[in-house]
Amino acid sequence: MLEEYWLFASERVMPGLNAALLVSARLIVPSALYGALLGVITGAIRVYGPKPVRRVADAYVSLFRGTPLVVQLYFWYFALPYIRVGGFAIVLDAMQASILGFALCSAAYQSEYIRGGLLSIRSGQIKAARALGMNPMQTVLHVVLPQAVRRALPGCGNEVVYLIKYSSLASIITVNELTGTARSIAKATFRPIEAYATVAVYYLLLVTLAVWLLRWLEDRMSIPGFERPRD
Amino acid sequence: MSVASQAKGQNQEILRVEKLNKSFGTNHVLKDATLTLRKGELKVLIGPSGGGKSTLLQCMNFLIPPDSGRIWLDGVEILGHKKRELYAYRQQVGMIFQDFNLFDHLSALGNVRIALTRVRGMSRKDATDRAMAELDRVGLAAKAGLYPAQLSGGQKQRVSIARALAMDPKVLLLDEPTSALDPELIGEVLAVVKDLATAGMTMIMATHQITFSAQLASEFVFMEQGAIIEHDSPAALLAPGACTRTKAFCAKINELTGEPV
Repeated sequence: MLEEYWLFASERVMPGLNAALLVSARLIVPSALYGALLGVITGAIRVYGPKPVRRVADAYVSLFRGTPLVVQLYFWYFALPYIRVGGFAIVLDAMQASILGFALCSAAYQSEYIRGGLLSIRSGQIKAARALGMNPMQTVLHVVLPQAVRRALPGCGNEVVYLIKYSSLASIITVNELTGTARSIAKATFRPIEAYATVAVYYLLLVTLAVWLLRWLEDRMSIPGFERPRD
Repeated sequence: MSVASQAKGQNQEILRVEKLNKSFGTNHVLKDATLTLRKGELKVLIGPSGGGKSTLLQCMNFLIPPDSGRIWLDGVEILGHKKRELYAYRQQVGMIFQDFNLFDHLSALGNVRIALTRVRGMSRKDATDRAMAELDRVGLAAKAGLYPAQLSGGQKQRVSIARALAMDPKVLLLDEPTSALDPELIGEVLAVVKDLATAGMTMIMATHQITFSAQLASEFVFMEQGAIIEHDSPAALLAPGACTRTKAFCAKINELTGEPV
């Protein structure tokens, strides 16, 4: 039985999934990078920004954390083209809409981890930076953020793991990534067990790879002298 | 010390603060503090905890913006609301904190170097050379690659002094630099302070190290309940038969430590 499964999976499922893996990677990698970058900026604004800007950032986070990601994707893909400003409308293809949706949603969560990291930095660090003549921007960039990002890294990595899995939602706005491809194979062959079990393994491998990368990054960025339970 | 420096004609005024006031809510923690630091002198702030010493020092470089009062550096008035001038002013006024406040993510070298490259705009190589020279001055050149968590308290405080000195400050504000240290480590920090005093650095230091500072200070400034209530040379304030608040305070401290005034 296992042999039969392996034969079917390797001949009928995996070739399609291997091609789809590239599509998934092209969704996940930019979404994770933009999401992290925007998350750091949003997190910093929410802690150190001037009040009106802080309000805007807080509202953005509540909106994107408070609504289903599927609804957000539908909005970027189906609704955005109908919003006309001076005769112009933005029409995104399914890949662009997905990356936009994932990055904005991921950043909203990332900003929360970053905010926690920023708030955990002792006020003495900021005082010392100011006493050396740093302006607020230099203080945040060179003293506070490098420490806050390190503290936020485990949480941010967790969010990347989530992102890998919610990238499967792109399939509902017609992107043929891993999940979409697995569904097509299942429908065409009437072998849903093989198709979905195999695609699950693909996600498991992706997540494992991401966890390794994140751990390597954490180790690389660790500060000597601070105890690291893993060592 | 003050006699010697005046003999050299070095009584030029470096930093002057006049009638600094600060309140937190209804708590008036700094009341009309006025003092002048002349070139090469060491003024020592003493008094009970909560007396306003730390607030005064932090108001002097606007880390705590004073509610009222005026500050001059080299005769030029510093206005706290002009940001660019304020940042330039802070570069010239070094500050040493009780709990060191080294940047945890940077090595000793990185701590001394960061303001040189990021604030002063020095090249990385020049900044490294300068930072190493300052670390050498506090006897820590061999520890340049270590991170704050790998240094002892005394070493951390010496790195923080090197970090302040690298900016070529005209004056140093020291806020109880030895209060967070084990008795065994206090000596190495005080030795650096003594070297600086001998080299003619202008300083104001809050401390409870009465015996040490009595030998070096040009003036004791006694603060209590937010106000400067006495200031004079240590010799005058602690003279036999002097009936000063300072003397009573020092007697109490030395009673505990067993040192004579």
